Amino acid sequence: MEHYYQPEIECASREQIRAWQDERLVKQVRHVYQHVPYYRALMDKKGVTPDDIRSVDDLYKLPFLTKDDLRDAYPYGLLAVPRSEVVRIQSTSGTTGRRVVAFYTQHDIDLWDECCARAIAAAGGTRDDVVHVSYGYGLFTGGPGLNGGSHKLGCMTLPMSSGNTERQIQFMCDLGSTILCCTPSYAAYLGESIRERGLQDKIQLKAGIFGAEAWSEEMRRDIERLLNIKAYDIYGLTEISGPGVSFECSAQTGMHINEDHFIAEIIDPNTGEVLPEGEKGELVFTSITKEAFPLLRYRTRDICVLTREKCPCGRTHVKMSKPMGRSDDMLIVKGVNVFPSQIETVLLSKGYPANYQIMVSREHNSDKLEVQVEMTPEMFSDAVSEITKREKELVEALKAMLGIYAAVKLVAPKTIARSEGKAVRIIDNRKLY
Amino acid sequence: MTVKQISVFLENKPGKLLDFTKLLREHEIDMQALSLADTSDFGIVRVIVDDSYKAACVLKEASYIYSITPVLAAAIPDKAGSLCDILELLNGDGINLDYAYAFTGRRANSAYIILRVDQPDKAAALLAEAGVHLVSQDELNEL
Repeated sequence: MEHYYQPEIECASREQIRAWQDERLVKQVRHVYQHVPYYRALMDKKGVTPDDIRSVDDLYKLPFLTKDDLRDAYPYGLLAVPRSEVVRIQSTSGTTGRRVVAFYTQHDIDLWDECCARAIAAAGGTRDDVVHVSYGYGLFTGGPGLNGGSHKLGCMTLPMSSGNTERQIQFMCDLGSTILCCTPSYAAYLGESIRERGLQDKIQLKAGIFGAEAWSEEMRRDIERLLNIKAYDIYGLTEISGPGVSFECSAQTGMHINEDHFIAEIIDPNTGEVLPEGEKGELVFTSITKEAFPLLRYRTRDICVLTREKCPCGRTHVKMSKPMGRSDDMLIVKGVNVFPSQIETVLLSKGYPANYQIMVSREHNSDKLEVQVEMTPEMFSDAVSEITKREKELVEALKAMLGIYAAVKLVAPKTIARSEGKAVRIIDNRKLY
Repeated sequence: MTVKQISVFLENKPGKLLDFTKLLREHEIDMQALSLADTSDFGIVRVIVDDSYKAACVLKEASYIYSITPVLAAAIPDKAGSLCDILELLNGDGINLDYAYAFTGRRANSAYIILRVDQPDKAAALLAEAGVHLVSQDELNEL
C-alpha cells in the first residue's frame, strides 16, 4: 500500500497544483523584488516588473540566477527577510567563492521538513518506523533534512551522522532500524560491512533513501541485494532547500518534484530557452514558498528530463529523471562538490604547474579521486623520500581544500592528453549517467 | 672527488625502462652502473654513463625529467667485510648515507660501490685519508 504524508497535496489535481503555483509565484516575485535589491537590479536590467508576472506562463520573463550570482551576493545579498527572522543556515562544502550559504526562517525549515517527510512516507515510512540517518549533520543539508522529515512523520529518529561504521551497525541491530538514510556509496559500504560480520539476520531494514551523489541502476540493485531492502532516490540542493526537492515513489521511475513549493523548468543550457516537456536539458528551480532565501529561476546545472505522465503511485507532481550529467565542470565525489578550479588553485599555490588531470572512478561502490600531475625539474629529486614527501604535502593541501582525500600521482612530462592544445582535465570512469 | 650520476624520473608502467635504454642505445651511450628505486606509481633510475654531458642533452631533448647528482665511487676489495669497513668510517664521522649500489668492472678482483651521502666532500676526504681508492670520472670510463 502506498503511503503519503500529505495526500491532499501530493495527489492534488493538476489544475489545483497549477493554481497554487500561479498564486504563489506572483506573490513571491513581489516579495523578492521588494526585499532583494540584487534580484531587483537583474529584473530592472531585463525590463521586467512584478506586474509582468501574472502566472507560471510568465516565468520565462524572469532573469536566471546562477552560482556566480550566489558568489557575488555572498553572504547576505540574496537574503529576503530581516536577519532577525532567520533561524538557521546550511552550507555546502567548498571554499570561498564556491561555498553556498542558504538561510531559513522557521517556516522554511517546516516546509523543507515536510518535503522530506513526504520522501520517507513514499519509501513506506510510518510513525512505527525507526529512521536511521547516517548523512552528515551540521552545515551539510543531508542530516538535518532527513532528521526533520522523520520528526514530522513521527518516526523514532536515530541521528547517527556519518562515520563510525561499527556503531552504526550496532545501533541498527540493537534498536531495529527500519529505514536507512545516507549516500548510496555509504549504504553499499554498510551492506558489505554487515555481511562481513555475518549480521544480516539481525538487521530489520526494509527501505533506504539515498542521495547527494549520482548512482546507477546497477548500484541500486547491488544495495538492494546487500541490505535486502528497497532503495529509493532523493534529490535536492542547498540553494533550493536541501534533500527532498524531489523524491522517488514505489514506481522507482523518476523523482516527484514538490511542485507546491518549487516550479521546475528545463532549459537549453546554451540559449536559456525553455524546452518542451520530455526534452533533455538543464533543470531550473523557482522557490515559491520560501521566505528567507527564495531563489527565482536558479540554474542547477543538472541535466535531466521532466515527465508529467500518470504515475501508478497516485502522485500527480511532475517527475524528474536522475540527473544525466552536468552543464558545468562540477564533479560530485563521495557526495562532495568538486570543481577542477579548486584543484588548480592548490597546485599553483604549491608551486606546481597547472598541468593536471582528474581521474574519478568507483571501486566497490565507493568513489576514488586521483589527481595526476606532470613531473617538473623543480619538483624532481633523486631521492624517493624527497618526492614522496612532496606528494604527501600536496595530498594534505588538496584534502584541506576539497574536504575529501584525493590520491596524487606524478606522471612523466607531456603525458597528459591535450586535445587541440587544450588539456582534457576530467576523466570520469564511473559511468554514472 | 665525486663522479656524476644521472637520476631520471620514470613512470612505473610497462615499457618505460625499455624506452629509456633504447634512447641510450640509439645515441651509443654506455652505462657503467645502474640502480632502480621504485614506488607503486613512479621510479627513479640512477645511472653512471661514459658521457654524462651527452646523456643529459639527449634526455632533455626527449623531455625526460632528470637531475645530475655528485656521488662517490669507491673501489673496494672483492672480499667479505670490505663494504662494512667503509660504512663504519662514514658512520663514525656522522655522515648520512642516502643510498648505495655496487657494480663490478672489467678488471679481475675489482668491485666498486656508489655512495650518495649528505656531505660528499667531507666523505671523500675521510675515505681518501683511510686509504680507500676513490675513482675519478675519467678513470671510471676506463674500467
